[in-house]
Amino acid sequence: MNMAVRTPDPKKLIKGATGDWEVIIGLEVHAQVTSNAKLFSGASAVFGAEPNMHVSLVDAAMPGMLPVINEECVAQAIRTGLGLKAAINLYSVFDRKNYFYPDLPQGYQISQYKQPIVGEGKVLLDMPEGVVEIGIERLHLEQDAGKSIHDQHPTMSFVDLNRSGVALMEIVSKPDLRSSEEVKAYLAKLRTILRYLGTCDGNMEEGSMRADINVSVRKPGDPLGTRCEIKNVNSMRFAAQAVEFEARRQIGILEDGGKIDQETRLYDPGKGETRSMRSKEEAHDYRYFPDPDLLPLELDPVWVETLKAGLPELPDEKKARFVADYGITPYDAMVLTLERASADYYELVAKNRDGKAVANFMINELFGRLNKDGKGIEDSPVAPDQLGAIVDLIGDGTISGKIAKDLFEIVYTEGGDPKKLVEERGLKQVTDTGAIEKAVDEVIAANPDKAEQAKAKPTLSGWFVGQVMKATGGKANPQAVNDLVKRKLGIE
Amino acid sequence: MTDLTTLTLAEARDALKAKSFTAVELTDAYVAAMEKARVLNAYVAETPEMARDMAKASDARIAAGKAGPLEGLPLGIKDLYATKGVHTQACSHILDGFKPPYESTVSANLWADGAVMLGKLNMDEFAMGSSNETSHYGSVVNPWRRSGSDVNLVPGGSSGGSAAAVAARLCLGATATDTGGSIRQPAAFTGTAGIKPTYGRCSRWGLVAFASSLDQAGPIARDVRDAAILLKSMASVDPKDTTSVDIPVPDYEAAVGKSVKGLRIGIPKEYRLDGMPAEIDALWQKGIDILRDAGAEIVDISLPHTKYALPAYYIVAPAEASSNLARYDGVRYGLRVPGSDIIDMYENTRAAGFGAEVKRRILIGTYVLSAGYYDAYYLRAQKVRTLIKRDFELAYAAGVDAILTPATPSAAFGIGEKADADPVEMYLNDVFTVTVNMAGLPGLAVPAGLSAEGLPLGLQLIGRPFDEETLFTLGSAIEKAVGTFSPAQWW
Repeated sequence: MNMAVRTPDPKKLIKGATGDWEVIIGLEVHAQVTSNAKLFSGASAVFGAEPNMHVSLVDAAMPGMLPVINEECVAQAIRTGLGLKAAINLYSVFDRKNYFYPDLPQGYQISQYKQPIVGEGKVLLDMPEGVVEIGIERLHLEQDAGKSIHDQHPTMSFVDLNRSGVALMEIVSKPDLRSSEEVKAYLAKLRTILRYLGTCDGNMEEGSMRADINVSVRKPGDPLGTRCEIKNVNSMRFAAQAVEFEARRQIGILEDGGKIDQETRLYDPGKGETRSMRSKEEAHDYRYFPDPDLLPLELDPVWVETLKAGLPELPDEKKARFVADYGITPYDAMVLTLERASADYYELVAKNRDGKAVANFMINELFGRLNKDGKGIEDSPVAPDQLGAIVDLIGDGTISGKIAKDLFEIVYTEGGDPKKLVEERGLKQVTDTGAIEKAVDEVIAANPDKAEQAKAKPTLSGWFVGQVMKATGGKANPQAVNDLVKRKLGIE
Repeated sequence: MTDLTTLTLAEARDALKAKSFTAVELTDAYVAAMEKARVLNAYVAETPEMARDMAKASDARIAAGKAGPLEGLPLGIKDLYATKGVHTQACSHILDGFKPPYESTVSANLWADGAVMLGKLNMDEFAMGSSNETSHYGSVVNPWRRSGSDVNLVPGGSSGGSAAAVAARLCLGATATDTGGSIRQPAAFTGTAGIKPTYGRCSRWGLVAFASSLDQAGPIARDVRDAAILLKSMASVDPKDTTSVDIPVPDYEAAVGKSVKGLRIGIPKEYRLDGMPAEIDALWQKGIDILRDAGAEIVDISLPHTKYALPAYYIVAPAEASSNLARYDGVRYGLRVPGSDIIDMYENTRAAGFGAEVKRRILIGTYVLSAGYYDAYYLRAQKVRTLIKRDFELAYAAGVDAILTPATPSAAFGIGEKADADPVEMYLNDVFTVTVNMAGLPGLAVPAGLSAEGLPLGLQLIGRPFDEETLFTLGSAIEKAVGTFSPAQWW
């Protein structure tokens, strides 16, 4: 067990009746490997087929069947390890984890116990207080189980083996997390990295990413407390809720003079609580031993290097580059690089443009609008060249920022070339001083009292600017209006 | 026409090629012999119609000049091999009614070479046993009897059906498997030749698994040449078994009858056991003399970790078996005995489906892999295994070409004779053979004479990895000196 080394952050401590408590959290994330076929069979690993349509003789554990390792799944695990800045173990071993369950046809799960394919690595979290580093203990490959279905028949259970044998990566963190916010941030960051790498789709609703969460509490400076493991949490929100509940439950027990039983618990999102699933005494003896059907996995270092060379730019590197190349803030860069598709979109637009202006418009307008519709960047009705054209129109003074919002909405809902739309719909900013001057004169003439007051109190000029903008339907160049108002009122 | 079943596989092959008789005639002779020999209980499923269809197809190919190396030759298949649409139960109750929709790689290789399937052969349940008495289908009777006795003897195990069928001429040759001696011990008990090839030489795909790191397919045959011919067809690398090895399969038959001059034969002193019957010792000496007289050089060697092999084997093999047999849970195929819930169903099914010896080994295996015992048993046994392997490597590195030992510590014993004995007494049958599985080496059992009671006794030749050819050469030299042995037909 790793000793937790982080210095307690007072802001992350939980107040109890007897003082502050520190929450220690470690996660085991099961991420389904993106691959065509299963880890040890040629059956399809695609989600959503009719029950038992993706089952080979190996997956059904027919007598005499043997597992054959899927090279692509190994490559995906290595890519993920490299993405987590982790050590790749050139020698790893597949073990059998033995237990009986109807959706586990072999009677054992093939997993990696003592010698995993990936060793120690790290994940960086962008937290409000700064970057927090979470250690990765290991990553190993293993088979998923099938699914038992209990609600189809009054006395029988049905078994669907489509998932049986699908490749999972179990990514184990060190007990380095200290709050539910960090748990959410960790899961989000991990998902971002996996999606960048294309090694897992990170779809928690479909079960492609599930987390087992180990939680313990202690007084700052004390040794680690007894932990409970919350199994199979399938959303970031639930993960955070489960940690909050579990930490307070444990603090309550300890403050009442009780002790924590090491056990496995389940989170019930309906009730917002964790419940005991099985105690340590009831824990299975999995009788791990090396799978004699599979030789140890020995990797060619040249192959690992080839995979490394083929990795895409990862979110942390991309973020740093965006800050350096486009002059945007680290926060904006983080937001833009959360999804590889967003980052790609941004770069298409920001090329040869003002990076800051593009970032602002994307984050405020595009992301806001997409969120409202529950759409991802891949489904954006506004293409990068359209968004670029809008930003250009603001930049060269053709339209004001306000008009740009209207124009964006038109492009978003109706489509079209922003430049043409500006022409056709008369959205062009009025820079004709004559026309603006006329409007300014009219407003001043209509409000002689205010004009007098403004001479003594120059801040009132803003009111006149607003009136002129209103009168011109927002199309007047705000800077030109401002200049003219001040000159006409004589308050320069 | 003379009884076609007296021909060896090589003779029948040549006669078919010469069109002396047809494959159908040959098959019919065997189908008739099988019917007459049911008292031996060698077959658990006979497939005469399939055999005739295959024989007809062979005759057509022979006529068309497209005969394969085993064209038209009727064989028996151990029940451990998956045979498509045909009874495949590893002679266990728990696989009741199981007919796989697939064919094992090894049997598929045989059919691709033109062989004909006569049926499935009896065996110890899940290949666990040394007497063929643990079969759900009852004991196999050894066609050999002690001189002047009508006591039924065991044929050895686990490939007892294969050995008995070959010895009684109920097939030209048979597939078998060997995890700790299951080819060599029954071959020795029945006067037949059997080879366990190097681990990885034959594919394990489609063999019902007993202990994956030890299981190997191999043939039992009338003589050394027949064994060589069969192994050539059985062996192959297989992408479906990643423990199979991609080394070209040589023409083993060409090694039969070659000179042994200059070959160095190691005689390991550790195989001379306390209390070993004098006639086993004498047999061993006879083998030494035969090879020396044929020009081989005899050298004394030491394999110091031999005495640990049997205990280590009875940790490793049950450990793997306990896991391999977990799939027989009543959920998907074979026997299901209902219960009040899933655990109850598992318990009822496995209690009814497995025999006593299989249960014993599952318990041993579960125990040695348990938390707190793993290091003391399984891990230590694996270390012993490494040392045993190294013993052999050192002997071969010192220039030994093959090692000669007895195949078994005794001749065949009576059915039921050891029923009340300590199970370890039965396990001692494998004392000379398990080392070879632990080291993954090839081992050939060849008949070398008869006991005072008139029962066959065998010698074992152990070779370098993938050097089965030297074993066939040496085995044929012994065979040339002592001849072959057939039981008198009493059934």
